[in-house]
Amino acid sequence: MLKLDGISKIYRVGTFGSKELRAVNNVSFDVHPGEVISLIGESGSGKSTIGKMILRLIAITSGKIFFGDQDITALKKSELKSYYRLVQGVFQDPFCSLNPIFKADRAFNIIHEEFYPDVKPKEWKGRVEKSLTDVGLNPPHVLGKFPHQLSGGQLQRFLIARALLLDIKFLVADEIISMLDASTRIDVLNLLADLKSRGLSILFITHDLSLGYYISERAVILYRGCVLEMGTTDKIFSNPLHPYTKMLMASVPRLDEKWGDVKVELRAKTQDYSTGCVFYDRCPVAEPACMSQPTLVEVESDHSVACIHFAGNFNSSG
Amino acid sequence: MSLSVQNLTVVYQTLHGDVRALEKASFSLKDGEIMGLAGESGCGKTTLGNSLILLAPPMRFVDGRVLLDNEELPIWDTDRMDPFRFKKISVIPQYAMNAMNPTRKIGQMTREILQARKIDPGHMMTEIKRRLDLVELPHKVLDMYPIELSGGMKQRMVMVLSTLLNPSLLIADEITSALDVSTQKAVAEMLVEFRRREFVKSMIVITHDMSILYQIADSIMIMYAGQLAEKASTEVIIHDPRHPYTKLLISSLPKVGVKVAEKRLTGIPGTPPMLLDPPIGCRFRDRCPVAFDKCTEVPPFIEVSEGHYVACWKES
Repeated sequence: MLKLDGISKIYRVGTFGSKELRAVNNVSFDVHPGEVISLIGESGSGKSTIGKMILRLIAITSGKIFFGDQDITALKKSELKSYYRLVQGVFQDPFCSLNPIFKADRAFNIIHEEFYPDVKPKEWKGRVEKSLTDVGLNPPHVLGKFPHQLSGGQLQRFLIARALLLDIKFLVADEIISMLDASTRIDVLNLLADLKSRGLSILFITHDLSLGYYISERAVILYRGCVLEMGTTDKIFSNPLHPYTKMLMASVPRLDEKWGDVKVELRAKTQDYSTGCVFYDRCPVAEPACMSQPTLVEVESDHSVACIHFAGNFNSSG
Repeated sequence: MSLSVQNLTVVYQTLHGDVRALEKASFSLKDGEIMGLAGESGCGKTTLGNSLILLAPPMRFVDGRVLLDNEELPIWDTDRMDPFRFKKISVIPQYAMNAMNPTRKIGQMTREILQARKIDPGHMMTEIKRRLDLVELPHKVLDMYPIELSGGMKQRMVMVLSTLLNPSLLIADEITSALDVSTQKAVAEMLVEFRRREFVKSMIVITHDMSILYQIADSIMIMYAGQLAEKASTEVIIHDPRHPYTKLLISSLPKVGVKVAEKRLTGIPGTPPMLLDPPIGCRFRDRCPVAFDKCTEVPPFIEVSEGHYVACWKES
């Protein structure tokens, strides 16, 4: 349904843009209808950049993104509107997503004016109320309020309701849980699961592995803009292959297991990772051969890893 | 007994009246205990931490006593607290990454802090370098400005600074929240190492992340809407909690290995009360599945078994 084909984002940094920073480097994966896919990575791994490129909020340096069979990177501004009817995003900080000067309902009114000008106000009100009820909000409690009068969990659901007013097929959920309190975050997660069962595809961007595991069928592990491992969540969590994924799994604080004696490498060995594996400088099993860039290799069905230790020996590791 | 807090009540003064952020908190900390303090945002956990070290307006002290190593802390008097701060009780503040002076090199700032405490920085230099090694920071950070360090490095630098004078009690407020998982683990384990080396005697680790506490804390105290709900050893809180709020909170946390398709977790219906005019009695009453008439009275925070304190009428 949504297919990313080798997309990259390069920022020019330094004096007069003399250096380049590869925020996203040749990333390819696809999302099927009715599927939740988790994009997992630490800060700076490029996960939000990918989300924003899918939403066309930032320009793509190279590569293509297909929605259905349409290349959305080529869409002109006038064509984008029909794309936004199908694809919407919800972001980390709900308070930043709304203008604090206006009542929160304004978000709904804009959708009404922009996308459905023909719908009668009365009918529109019914749609808004239905959408709010769908996300588990009580319309009289949240309508006519300013953003600061609503809690983070309420606002986050409010924004999902806004996205649902458009008959969307794909939702980019960028860290939508991380600002919420423990007792309310699970409700928002469950809401995503309900939407998924109705056929919505979701790109769930997170740094929290347990949330990713809870909600998604497939996961993509990102590090410094590169995909290091991807596949079904079960396979990645039960059998992490890439050294980075292993370290990540070992450092995630769990409620059912104490940390093992896995050493976390804090100091980078070298600053030069312009060629070769992006994880080279922190990798415990790095060797000279890692100075050439590894490609993503499928080691078992629906489980790929980009590490030279798994290139070529397809059978020994499955 | 390292720390003993009795009936501590602190309010925030606002134009609309007093916000009752901390109500009659009584608990104690053993020597060498790392206590996790957890709860949702706005439950008063940071207020409790701050009131022990800097009780400044708009916070107002109402009642209570705090004893640190059998010595009374005059927490209501900011000036009289001065000799205790940094030396006896120290803090790693929330957003520690922004806690350093951006206009000074880190070494210069460290010297100024020590001079302000009438300590000769020259004597401390070898110790500072030894501790920098311990947290895996190069010595050259002392000649750098804070902006040159990454978030995790700044966090570790503040850890070294805060514990330099071997305080008896360290309050670590949300120190792992803004870090990546791998850095998070390293920083959390350094806290434990600091205790092992007796840089600090006991610690209060404030966080909303229960899974971090499960890794490093000896005991966990749960707060709800300004009241203490439960305190027990880490294993008991995670596996066998008795307060209804703790039970619901723990069961709502997703764990690796739990999938929505197999096991749907549930949140806690409702929202925490406003503390400007909090409900009488147990503040969790409105969201509690087992609330009954008696809950209109404040339940006492009593010991139900050794080291296990619960504030709930159903459990006492």
